[in-house]
Amino acid sequence: MEIKVPELSLVLLIGASGSGKSTFAKTHFGNYEVVSSDVCRGIISNDENNQFATNDAFDLLNFIIGKRLKNGHLTVVDATNVQAESRKGLIELARQYHALPVAIVLDLPQRVCEDRNANRQDRNFGDHVIRQQKQQLKRSIKGLKREGFRKIYVLKSEEEVNSVSSIIREKLYNDKRELQGPFDIIGDIHGCYEETIALLKKLGYIISSVENDGRNYGLEIKHPENRQVIFLGDLVDRGPNSPAVLKLVMSMVRSGSALCVPGNHDVKLQKKLNGRNVQLKHGLAETMEQLDNETPEFIADLKEFLYSLISHYILDEGKLAVAHAGIKEEMQGRGSGAVRSFCLYGETTGEIDEFGLPVRYNWASEYRGKAKVIYGHTPVPSAEWLNKTIDIDTGCVFGGKLTALRYPEDELVSVKAAKVYSEPVKPLLSEPDLKLSHQQEYDDLLNIDDVIGKRIVQTRLRSNLTIREENSIAALEVMSRFAINPKWLIYLPPTMSPCATSELPNYLEHPKEAINYYKKRGIERIVCEEKHMGSRVILVVCKNEETVLNRFGIENEGIGICYTRTGRNFFNDAALEKEFLARVQKALSVSGFWDKFKTDWVCLDAELMPWSAKAQSLLKDQYASVGSAAKGSLSSVEQTLQSTKDRGISGVEGILEKFSYKKKAVSKFINAYRNYCWDVNSVDDYRLAPFHILATEGAVHVDRDHLWHMENIKEVCYADKEILTVTPYKIVETNDRESVQKAIDWWAEMTNKGGEGMVVKPFDFISFGKEGLLQPAVKCRGSEYLRIIYGPEYDLPENLQRLKNRGLSRKRSLALREFALGVEGLERFIRKEPLRRIHESVFGVLALESEDVDPRL
Amino acid sequence: MLLNITTEHKPATDLGFLLHKHPDKFQSIDLSIGKAHIFYPENSEERTTASLLLDIDPIDMVKGGRNLSGKGFSLGQYVNDRPYVASSFMSVAIAKAFSTAMNGKCSNRPELVNVKMPFQVTISVLPAPRGGETLIRKMFEPLGYKVELEPHVLDEEFMHWGDSKYFTLKLSHTVTLQSLLSHLYVMIPALDNDKHYYVSQNEIEKLLEKGKGWLSNHPEKEQITRRYLFNLNSLSRQALDRLNDHEGSKEFMDNANTKELEKKETLHQQRLSIVLGKLKESGAKKVLDLGCGEGKLIRMLLKEKQFSEISGMDVSYQALMRCKDRLHWDDMAPRQRERINLFQGALTYKDRRLEGFDAAAIVEVIEHLDENRLKSFERVVFESAKPKTVVLTTPNGEYNVLFESMEAGTMRHTDHRFEWSRTEFETWGKRIAKNNNYKVQFFPIGEEDDKVGAPSQMAVFEYGN
Repeated sequence: MEIKVPELSLVLLIGASGSGKSTFAKTHFGNYEVVSSDVCRGIISNDENNQFATNDAFDLLNFIIGKRLKNGHLTVVDATNVQAESRKGLIELARQYHALPVAIVLDLPQRVCEDRNANRQDRNFGDHVIRQQKQQLKRSIKGLKREGFRKIYVLKSEEEVNSVSSIIREKLYNDKRELQGPFDIIGDIHGCYEETIALLKKLGYIISSVENDGRNYGLEIKHPENRQVIFLGDLVDRGPNSPAVLKLVMSMVRSGSALCVPGNHDVKLQKKLNGRNVQLKHGLAETMEQLDNETPEFIADLKEFLYSLISHYILDEGKLAVAHAGIKEEMQGRGSGAVRSFCLYGETTGEIDEFGLPVRYNWASEYRGKAKVIYGHTPVPSAEWLNKTIDIDTGCVFGGKLTALRYPEDELVSVKAAKVYSEPVKPLLSEPDLKLSHQQEYDDLLNIDDVIGKRIVQTRLRSNLTIREENSIAALEVMSRFAINPKWLIYLPPTMSPCATSELPNYLEHPKEAINYYKKRGIERIVCEEKHMGSRVILVVCKNEETVLNRFGIENEGIGICYTRTGRNFFNDAALEKEFLARVQKALSVSGFWDKFKTDWVCLDAELMPWSAKAQSLLKDQYASVGSAAKGSLSSVEQTLQSTKDRGISGVEGILEKFSYKKKAVSKFINAYRNYCWDVNSVDDYRLAPFHILATEGAVHVDRDHLWHMENIKEVCYADKEILTVTPYKIVETNDRESVQKAIDWWAEMTNKGGEGMVVKPFDFISFGKEGLLQPAVKCRGSEYLRIIYGPEYDLPENLQRLKNRGLSRKRSLALREFALGVEGLERFIRKEPLRRIHESVFGVLALESEDVDPRL
Repeated sequence: MLLNITTEHKPATDLGFLLHKHPDKFQSIDLSIGKAHIFYPENSEERTTASLLLDIDPIDMVKGGRNLSGKGFSLGQYVNDRPYVASSFMSVAIAKAFSTAMNGKCSNRPELVNVKMPFQVTISVLPAPRGGETLIRKMFEPLGYKVELEPHVLDEEFMHWGDSKYFTLKLSHTVTLQSLLSHLYVMIPALDNDKHYYVSQNEIEKLLEKGKGWLSNHPEKEQITRRYLFNLNSLSRQALDRLNDHEGSKEFMDNANTKELEKKETLHQQRLSIVLGKLKESGAKKVLDLGCGEGKLIRMLLKEKQFSEISGMDVSYQALMRCKDRLHWDDMAPRQRERINLFQGALTYKDRRLEGFDAAAIVEVIEHLDENRLKSFERVVFESAKPKTVVLTTPNGEYNVLFESMEAGTMRHTDHRFEWSRTEFETWGKRIAKNNNYKVQFFPIGEEDDKVGAPSQMAVFEYGN
């Protein structure tokens, strides 16, 4: 015989000790699927038969079952389960996780059980125990159905047990993952037949009359592209023609051109038709009146149809869920009374509002699931996405619209109601004029649970990235104390690794190694860009404040922002910031950027100079201080040593030489930092050098090569040559010696003039090698610049030798992870995902930045 | 990094005997990081100079076996002033190179030890942060030194960056060499106000030993002690107790700021008492301290039986760790510990852990948030956490004119994003109350001035109309 169990069920094996439960479980279920009370006793007490450990053992048993069901796994309970009270807890557990309880009873003769126990060394309890269990079992069997078991199998003999050939796992009715659409999902109709027909036509369906075969009501509705309709329920009540709507839907569902989930009104109608005592309120009276003219055959047909409706469907490989009133993540694809009730009525707080309606709990605001949820039930003025969910009941029967969502296009199609068929209790347009969308308003408040603790972020470029808890702790402080409004913060740049340490005796870094990094990994063409020494900034600039409001959901914070790599505002002076952003905006407008990119905002990656503008205190406390102290001391030292040498004291020579070197090194050090300092008195004193056009409306430009970025930026820079600086670059063929040499010479020339160095990037923004994702860039810094990193005296041969011993692997791994997270954040923003999803990526970058990596790299 | 000791004592060559270092030899000693060299740039009957030169290895300082990079910012960087200044490294070098002289010994010419000689000392360069020239003079002049100072600018190409904290110091005095070296041993690190090693109990012994006979009568003994002990209050207090012969020392503070700080201290104490009073009045049992910092209010709440559940949240994890320390968390009785829950969180994120409280205190917190983040703050506290009572304080910006040491247009703390007037605060408070179904009342905290009100202000919100 075959035993059938639902895919996600809690299977209770019921039987006296020795009835063969463990053997049965082992034969028919997977290793991990079986949770045994004996094993739990053993885990708790080292003894599977220790009855004193029973309470703790069952706590453990329940805990394991709960975790498995939460994760959606069928679970088998191997315990005697002969008493109703022990089963009760398990049934509750199944309900809590919306899994279906199944009973398999092994009601074997007492003698068989006794014999089996007698053969076991460890079971020395008397036969009276088995007798008692058998009696309890006998009393139980009848009541199992009432206890809530959905399926009950009773096996009465060894033969019957042995005849079980297999256990078939049945898919739940709501599981239609194999259907991939495309779908047109239609909200609450409420008897608005004309509007439904109009909407179907607008969606491209061809409606033709055919012969009535008793099942199709003379209708055939087809889409030339084989699209399928999904009705979200509430087909009836309040509107002018509920019977016609029902016939249309029934016909379509039966022909396979539609799916339908039930609404609370449909269920109430079903109850009425089944003779249950329900109040004829909220439009049911009209429906009943309209049904008066229908034949008894139709009513019977209708009852059967309503009975067959499934509370919700999971579609398209789990990417789409549909239900009348919505469905929470933990209920999707599961079955229980609670699931059904949620699908029909949604969640209410138990309170009643001023219109006498139940206050609805906005489950969608907490929705974090992967599947998009399309639902209706609550009339809204217009359909709007919130956390991957959308309510498309636009109140047709109340004079609003009938709306369909095209999936996977996510396009909304509506037809206006011909008239107001029913006056709503609560005015449909009671919400004040909202400037922000629901999602934007919801995004005003991020949730702490989305950022703290250990986190795993899925990224396109490097799959799952782990953010450790200690890093989140550090990031939370920086983010909440210093960072700008998170709605602006769509990207943080990755850290950049230097090239491998040079083998040349006088260099710590040399371009040869930077070029070799890519050459060795099979990259033939690279870009070398001058590295400016200022502050790394990200700019978001919008065409106007309206764009800021519409696209970023920000009010009264200007037309853009310029922030640092830790998410702080670059400018402390609001007036200066405004002036600066206006200049950049003007340059974008003058150069025709907005039209060319069909966008009204842009996110730019850039260097903003001078360094001294932002790093004033670092310069004064650290760099200038060291210069001043060293300069002040070293002249006296040199003099004193010289006098000593002049006296003919031996052994001074070497030391004098060393300190003379120090003196020279310090003066070079002072010159090095001075290169990056100039006074800023007005906006004209700033220099902005953009190097990536990160994103514009609808596009993250990481699929463009660096030549594209450089050339497009050049055009913008030409529009304001005063503050915008074009970054010089060279394209280099890594296998062409001459080309490589030219790049090296160029680096030497730039760094000799006091330049910081250069950045070497693969020609394509994102490049892969054998080892996977490659560094998006490596820097190669000039010898003089490195004095301000490694100290004035770093290039003394004995010092350089020691400094060469530096490891890059952590820095590189960090750079890749941050890069993947940064790009992920932008891509999520472009896909218009909720802010928490963008914030997660950006927060991740900030968290990783708190990892302990040598800051000089 | 360079200390020159010159004398014109007759014969000046006596200096070599006293220092126990041969004037015609170049000698080096090892320090923990690098070396110190001792040599004589001049040596004659008329005039002799002995030099002590620090030769600190800047790479070893960060990267070497004795890695000190963990100890704060100043040592953690390769770009560091330590190799070029006189600091605690110099004191160590003095003690090591001239130990005989410091101990008042001179085997060849014992009679020289107690001879006061005219000395000129040059130190290149000496850092004197938070005090500068005035401080240097206050430290050396009471001991009879003539002080000459040459300040150094930060960068002559950027004159508006101003002076650095470094000076070339010239001292002249007629004194015994032993005294001179002891003075330098204590004063150099005290002026520098930093230590290259871990400051422990041991350091008190060193200070008392080297300061014997002069420190206890020095008018700046408190400041010298505190700076020498790197501002570690408990150590400083012990040392001063012993210097003052166990007379018991008063709380000591920066002289210049004592008055104002004291005022501030009492203001904060006053504020917390008022907040505590309001929390008690509200009848709350479960209370929440948002932005609890090191837990002053938490400790006060703990003493009140009324509060059965006390939660503290702060964004700074370190502050929470200190809060636990101050509560002696690890040794706390389980019953007491059960009443307290401390966790990290930020007031701009919706947080379920904040729900279900009778009252919340938000003391001097909102002014640390950017004004554009206050909307989120409002929703977190008043819309989702929704405690029945909220007691909130913030500075009254109007009062700032009465702080004499404050420059116009500045704020009381560098991290304050705003300091509201009473009207601004009340407008904001009333709007919040209206939007979220609270009633609000406002109270002054601290002594009220007729024109500008009290230094701090408080709003008490009660849920429901």
